[in-house]
Amino acid sequence: MTIASSTQQICFLVLSAGIVIGSLGVVLLENIVYSAFLLGGVFMAVAGLYLLLNASFVAAAQVLVYVGAVNVLILFAIMLVNKKEDLKPIKGLQLRRLLSGGVCAGLLALLIRVDITTTWKLPGPQAIGEQATERIGEHLFTDYLLPFELASVLLLMAMIGAIVLARRDILTNDIGTGESVKPGLIEKANTPLLIDKSSP
Amino acid sequence: MLENLPSTIPLQGYLLLASLLFCIGVWGLINSRNAVRVLMSIELMLNAVNINLMAFSSYLDGELIRGQVFAVFVITVAAAEAAVGLAILLSLYRNRVTVDMESFNLLRW
Repeated sequence: MTIASSTQQICFLVLSAGIVIGSLGVVLLENIVYSAFLLGGVFMAVAGLYLLLNASFVAAAQVLVYVGAVNVLILFAIMLVNKKEDLKPIKGLQLRRLLSGGVCAGLLALLIRVDITTTWKLPGPQAIGEQATERIGEHLFTDYLLPFELASVLLLMAMIGAIVLARRDILTNDIGTGESVKPGLIEKANTPLLIDKSSP
Repeated sequence: MLENLPSTIPLQGYLLLASLLFCIGVWGLINSRNAVRVLMSIELMLNAVNINLMAFSSYLDGELIRGQVFAVFVITVAAAEAAVGLAILLSLYRNRVTVDMESFNLLRW
């Protein structure tokens, strides 16, 4: 075993341990702020895995989009809705958790079995490595041009939709009929979005 | 045979890791009571799928790397999903003043 291969294996083991422990923390930790930061760590570790797979462009996209945009967005959402609230106890919660854990373990066992028993057609063609970015560009502008353009339309739609959904001001009149709308139907009147220290 | 592989890590290692991550995401999706955590679990599942795509792209499709193109598309859709999901969450919070998933039961039979 050469130094390069053992380094690769050590990197893979460390990254996968980080991913598994981090994602367990995301799911199980009480404090959701810790979960959000651990999620950023998981995203970074996944980007490291992409680097191990010779995919530097996707690794950069992962860091930029996931850590830079999605994780920051989640942190902002946590800041906006972070109110201490006592969750109502549900009866049978433990049973529910155990049952869903069993279902997930079954799914995991199924996936692992498929993974191990299938004979993958290895080794495939030689990986192109450093030219991956150019090849992705060629794909995006030749045979995947339509999905690429659709993705831009999708992003525009998502942006407009997010702005419309998160806006605070509401129409008091129905657009179609012009009648006034019962305000309670749309939104509670003047609920403060930020935590108000004076109110209980 | 090992010299022909792109790396010394077997493909099965990546697949095992991805399936574990996916199952953790599914469990979190079902059991979280905080709506933000549900969105985080969805992100975990999407990342697991991406690891699968990238591993197959590197091991079985070394010249065309179509998997990497798909991973880029998945990242795009995930970003759009996160933006819309968090906007929906904010407007839910404004209406119900809670993020407890158990209290969003208007459509429950």
